[in-house]
Amino acid sequence: MALGGKEARENKTRYRKNGLNEEESYMVRNKLLLAAAILSGGAFASPAAAQSEQFIPILSYRTGAYAVNGVPYANGVADYYNLVNERDGGINGVKLLVEECETGYATDKGVECYERLKGKGPTGAAFFNPLSTGITFALTEKTTTDKIPIITMGYGRSDSKNGAVFAYNFPLLGTYWSAADIAIQHIAKELGGADKLKGKKISLLFHDSPYGKEPIPMLEVLAKKHGFEFTPIPVTHPGVEQKSQWLAIRQNRPDYVLLWGWGVMNGTAVKEAAAVAYPREKMIGVWWSGAEPDVTPAGDQAAGYKALMLQHGAGKFPVHADIEKYVYAKGKGLSEPDKVGEVLYNRGMVNAMLGVEAIRKAQEKFGKKPLTGEQVRWGLENLNLSDARIKELGFEGMLKPIKISCSDHEGARDGRVQQWDGKSWKVISDWYTANQANTEPLVKDVSAKYAAEKNIHPRDCSKES
Amino acid sequence: MLYREAGQFKTTYAEDMAIFPIHQDRIALAILLGIAFIGVPLLADFDIWPFGSDYLLRAILLPFLILALAAIGVNILVGYCGQISLGSGAFMAVGAYSAYKLGTGVHIPLAWLGFAISIPPLPVLLSILLGGLTAAVVGILFGIPSLRIKGLYLAVATLAAQFFFDWVFLRVAWFTNYAPSGSVNAPTLDFFGLNVGTPIERYMLCLIFVTVFAFLAKNLVRGNLGRQWMAIRDMDIAAELIGIRPLYAKLTAFAVSSFIIGVAGALWAFVYLGSWEPLAFSIERSLQLLFMVIIGGLGSIMGSFIGAAFILILPIMLNLLPTQLGVPLSTETITHLEFIIFGSLICYLLIKEPHGFARLISIGKEKLRLWPFPY
Repeated sequence: MALGGKEARENKTRYRKNGLNEEESYMVRNKLLLAAAILSGGAFASPAAAQSEQFIPILSYRTGAYAVNGVPYANGVADYYNLVNERDGGINGVKLLVEECETGYATDKGVECYERLKGKGPTGAAFFNPLSTGITFALTEKTTTDKIPIITMGYGRSDSKNGAVFAYNFPLLGTYWSAADIAIQHIAKELGGADKLKGKKISLLFHDSPYGKEPIPMLEVLAKKHGFEFTPIPVTHPGVEQKSQWLAIRQNRPDYVLLWGWGVMNGTAVKEAAAVAYPREKMIGVWWSGAEPDVTPAGDQAAGYKALMLQHGAGKFPVHADIEKYVYAKGKGLSEPDKVGEVLYNRGMVNAMLGVEAIRKAQEKFGKKPLTGEQVRWGLENLNLSDARIKELGFEGMLKPIKISCSDHEGARDGRVQQWDGKSWKVISDWYTANQANTEPLVKDVSAKYAAEKNIHPRDCSKES
Repeated sequence: MLYREAGQFKTTYAEDMAIFPIHQDRIALAILLGIAFIGVPLLADFDIWPFGSDYLLRAILLPFLILALAAIGVNILVGYCGQISLGSGAFMAVGAYSAYKLGTGVHIPLAWLGFAISIPPLPVLLSILLGGLTAAVVGILFGIPSLRIKGLYLAVATLAAQFFFDWVFLRVAWFTNYAPSGSVNAPTLDFFGLNVGTPIERYMLCLIFVTVFAFLAKNLVRGNLGRQWMAIRDMDIAAELIGIRPLYAKLTAFAVSSFIIGVAGALWAFVYLGSWEPLAFSIERSLQLLFMVIIGGLGSIMGSFIGAAFILILPIMLNLLPTQLGVPLSTETITHLEFIIFGSLICYLLIKEPHGFARLISIGKEKLRLWPFPY
C-alpha cells in the first residue's frame, strides 16, 4: 500500500511537470474554490446597506413577449426614484435604495424575485409592485403574512378594493371592474344614451390569464343591466395568434370590441382588425392596451383606435422638466430621451410617485427613518393627495386628487378615452367616473367569498385611523 | 481506498438484495438525509446564514424538492420505460386541480336525476394523495395510445394531453370553483390539526414526501415491475417474446409516473404557489421536466435530483451572481447573459456526457474504486 501510494505520488508529480507545476495548480484550485464559494454562499448575502436607506424593490420585465410594455414602465419607475434621490436627497433625507429583478411576466419567477428582495435593506421592502395580475394573485397571501403592501395601480385583483378584507393590497386609481364600467359608459355616450345599449353586441377580446379574465364578471353584470349581448373571446398567451378570434368577430359583427391585451397581443390585435376590416374606431382598449408600442407596429392601420386612460396620457408635464434636469442631464436616465413622456413611462412615474408619497405620509406618523412594510401600509391607507399637492409634485394635469381609506383601497376611479390619430394619442372625451353602484355589489360579494375561503375576519373600517 | 466494495461480504439474501448494497453508499445517504432532515432545520432554527432567511427555503429548496419529485415521476416513464412524454405539465395540473377540488369540497349537481353528488372538503393530505390518484387514472387513459404508437409519435400524442388540460382548466369554470379570474387559492395546509405555514414546515413537508416517494421509486425500478419497464424500453419486441405484457408494463409505468407527477403538482400548487392559474402547468413546465430528466440522466433516481438542481437553481445563481459581485449590469443584460451561459452549459454538458449527470456520477464511482491507482 505504502509503496503504491508513493508510486502514485511520483506519477502525479511527473504528470504535473508536463502541465502546471504544483504551485500553479494550487492557485487554479484556489480560484475555483473562490468561485464556488461565491456561487454557493455569496449569492445569499445581503449587500451591506447603509442603515439609513429605504429599500424599494422593482419587479420588472425587460425581456420576453411583454418587454415592449415592460421596459418603458420600468424606466419610468426607476427614473422617478432616481429623481427623488437626486433632487430631494430622498424622502425627508431618507435615501431610496432600489433594486430591480427581472420576472419576464412569469408568475414563478415573480415569486422568486419577491422572496429575493423582500428582506433587503435595513427594514425590508417598503412595498411591491409586480405589474402582473398573475403575480399579484400569487403574492396576495404571502404579502399579508410578511406584512408588506402590494401596490397594483390600475391592475390586480378588483375585489381587493375592499381594504377591510385585503389589508395589504392597493389597486390604486382604478380596478378592471371600474375600467369595464368606464368603457361601457363611453360606448353609451357614443351611441347617444345608456338606453341605446339595448340589443347591441359587445365583444371582449382578452388575454387568457387572470389579467384578461378579471373584467368578465363586471361586463356580465353590465350586460344584464343594459341589455346588450356580451361575448368574451380569449386569446392564448402570448397573443400573436389571433386569426380565428378575428374571424369569429367578422362573423359575429359586434358593435364594439373591447381589448384587454398586453405586450405583443395589442399590436397584433390592431393589425388583425385591419386585416378583417373591422373599424378601429369601434375598438376600445383598456388602459394597458393604449400606449405607443401597442399602435406603432400597425402603422397607419392603427389610426382611429381608442383606449381608456388611467387618468393620465402621454405628454410632458412639470415633473418631466425635473427628470430631464436632475436625471437625464446627469446621464443617469434609463430610457431613450425621446421616449420620456410616453404613456407607460408616465404611468411608471405616477406609480413610483404614489409609493413615495405613501412613504412620506407614513414618515409623518412613524418618524423620518427607513420604515417597515407594515408602516408603509399605514401610509398607503391614509394617503390623501389634494390638487395642490399634485401640482406641487409636478403632476398637474396627469392626476386627479386621490384619497385612500380602509374601505376604499382604490382611491379614485376616473378615466378618459384617447384616440390614436396615426401619430399621437389625442384625448377625445371628458372625465368618466366608474359607477360604484355597479361595481360595489361585486366587490362585496367576491371579497366576502375570499375572506370565507381564507378565514380572514374583515377589519372594522370605522375603527381604523 | 475510501470507496471500494471489496471485503464487504454478503452472507444473507437480504443483504444481497439491499437497496444500497455498498457500505459507503449507505453512509453517504445517511449523511445526506441527516443534513436534509436535521441539519437544515437546525441551521434555520439558529438563524445561521444563509439558512435563516426565507429566501433559501422558500425560493430555492422548496421548488427544488417538488420539481425533483416530478422529475422522478417523469424519469419512471421516460427514463425507465422509454415512453417519451410531453404531458407532464398536464398531469401536474390534474393533480393540482383535483386536489384543489377535493380539498374545497366537490359538488356535482345532477339536475336531471334529481339529486347532487356532494363530497365535503377532505383533509389536505388525503386530497393531495387522491389528486395523485386522479392523475394516475388520467395518465393511464392518455397512456393507452402508447400501445400502438412509439417514440416521437407518442410524444406528440402526450402533447395532446397537455393542450387538452390547459384548455379544460382554463375553460371549465367548475374546476376553479367559478373564480372570476380563473386563479384559485389553495386551502389552508392543516395536517392532523397541525398548520403548515412557515417556510421550514413547508420544507419538511415536501422533504418527507420526496424521501418517501424517492425510496418507493428506487425500490420499484429494481423490482419485477421496473425490470419489465426496462425490458420494454430496451426492445419491446424482445420483451414481449420473453413473456412481458406490453399493455401491463406500459400502463403501469404511465400510472406510477402520473401518480408521482400528480402529487408533485398538488404540492407545487398547495405548498409552493398557494395561488395559481393554468399557466403554472403549461407546456413550458413539461419541457422543463423533460430537460431535467435528460440532463440528470435517463433511468436514474439520483439523476432526477441533480437534473432538477441544474435546471432550476443554476439559472437563479447565474442571475444573482453579477449583483452579488457588484458588477453594474442592467437586469436585461443579466437575464440575457443567464440565457447565454445556461444554454451553452447545456450544450457543453450534452456533448461531453450525453448520458447526463447520472453517468458522470457512475464514472466518478468507477474512478473512486480505482483510486489511487488509475489506469
